[in-house]
Amino acid sequence: MYTQSFNVPEQGEVSSSAGLKAVSKVLSAPDAALQAQFDARIDANGKVEPREWMPEAYRKTLVRQISQHAHSEIVGMLPEGNWISRAPSLKRKAILIAKVQDEGGHGLYLYSAAETLGTSRDQMLDALHTGKAKYSSIFNYPTLNWADIGVVGWLVDGAAIMNQIPLCRCSYGPYARAMVRVCKEESFHQRQGYEALLVMMQGTQAQKDMVQDAVNRWWWKCLAMFGPPDTDSPNSVQGMRWGIKRISNDDLRQKFVDATVPQAKVLGVSLPDPDLKWNETRQAHDYGQIDWDEFWATVNGNGPCNKERLGTRVKAWNDGQWVRDAAMAHANKQQQRHMKAAA
Amino acid sequence: MSTPSTPPPLKEWPLWEVFVRSKQGLEHKHCGSLHASDAPHALQMARDVYTRRQEGVSIWVAPSRAISASEPNDKPEFFEPSGDKVYRHPTFYDIPKEVGHM
Repeated sequence: MYTQSFNVPEQGEVSSSAGLKAVSKVLSAPDAALQAQFDARIDANGKVEPREWMPEAYRKTLVRQISQHAHSEIVGMLPEGNWISRAPSLKRKAILIAKVQDEGGHGLYLYSAAETLGTSRDQMLDALHTGKAKYSSIFNYPTLNWADIGVVGWLVDGAAIMNQIPLCRCSYGPYARAMVRVCKEESFHQRQGYEALLVMMQGTQAQKDMVQDAVNRWWWKCLAMFGPPDTDSPNSVQGMRWGIKRISNDDLRQKFVDATVPQAKVLGVSLPDPDLKWNETRQAHDYGQIDWDEFWATVNGNGPCNKERLGTRVKAWNDGQWVRDAAMAHANKQQQRHMKAAA
Repeated sequence: MSTPSTPPPLKEWPLWEVFVRSKQGLEHKHCGSLHASDAPHALQMARDVYTRRQEGVSIWVAPSRAISASEPNDKPEFFEPSGDKVYRHPTFYDIPKEVGHM
């Protein structure tokens, strides 16, 4: 699933806004020709495939964005995985398991796409586990009760889909293909969440209150998922030029707000924003100020669950070491046996 | 929870390319890649990763390093020879209308 505020500078990196303004190094003649070819292809809405020439900065940006996206899928399993053993019915449990398994699959598609750019799975996992790599900040908030699971499906996955649909047209072939597959699977995620909430809204007052409370806690975080405002998003211009990004953060956010308002109405919940109202002249909803200080504090490691998420992820990886070793040992033994039989 | 401990050095499983036949009568089509320790393992992983919604009735896996690919930089020289052979296409030939579909 998740986001496009990927492409956040990682630990130890200089903010690329500075890089944009710097004079880039002078290209040699053959490089300049290749660059011109590349630009022409991007302008013609063409696709770039692995092993073809591409500017180093394009490659680096993609590696960072796709790997951050992959990490988000993997870490995104944690807040929901928490609730598998506590799902209210066998049906909801089966659905949640299927959803969490999908997220794992999405992480794998994306890691594979990033590997075509010359980075290794080990390098990417290492960057995640040592805390050098970022993932979507939305997973650094807690899922406190069952209503949160419904709201994560409805709003978090809803925002993610909004972000990911334009990525299906991204200029880098493997990323675009991975996103097509992800988007196909993702729509079940949003619908199951919304439906779970519809059921709760037919329940007791306490259950209805739980839904409203969860919506109140997640709404603003979901709006922030679209990334900083366009005026404060220096990477966006370059991403658009490269055909990686197709729609600006603020435009996507607006689309999400406009799509969600009627859904909230049907569900019977309110969205926690006194400034949220229809603007007749803009033919869109106005909405209030997002707390960007809180957003950046969470991105930079100080959200409520950053440490817990990373700790759980690293523990899962470490606990699985013997399985990976055993699979390797088994494969080696089989190979030896084959070679002996052939000799 | 305490801060994460340092993970041990990683050891990678080799990379495999996955091809899926979506239904009887159609060809296997490349759909992605994955890491697995050996071929049976790769097949099992491919089933879990690429056919969770009945997308396939048959899977092939091949070690990625066993695939030879044309060089992207040789594209003009490699594919151009067929560019000027328009007579290889049926539309090159004008057939009288009364002949109908041919």
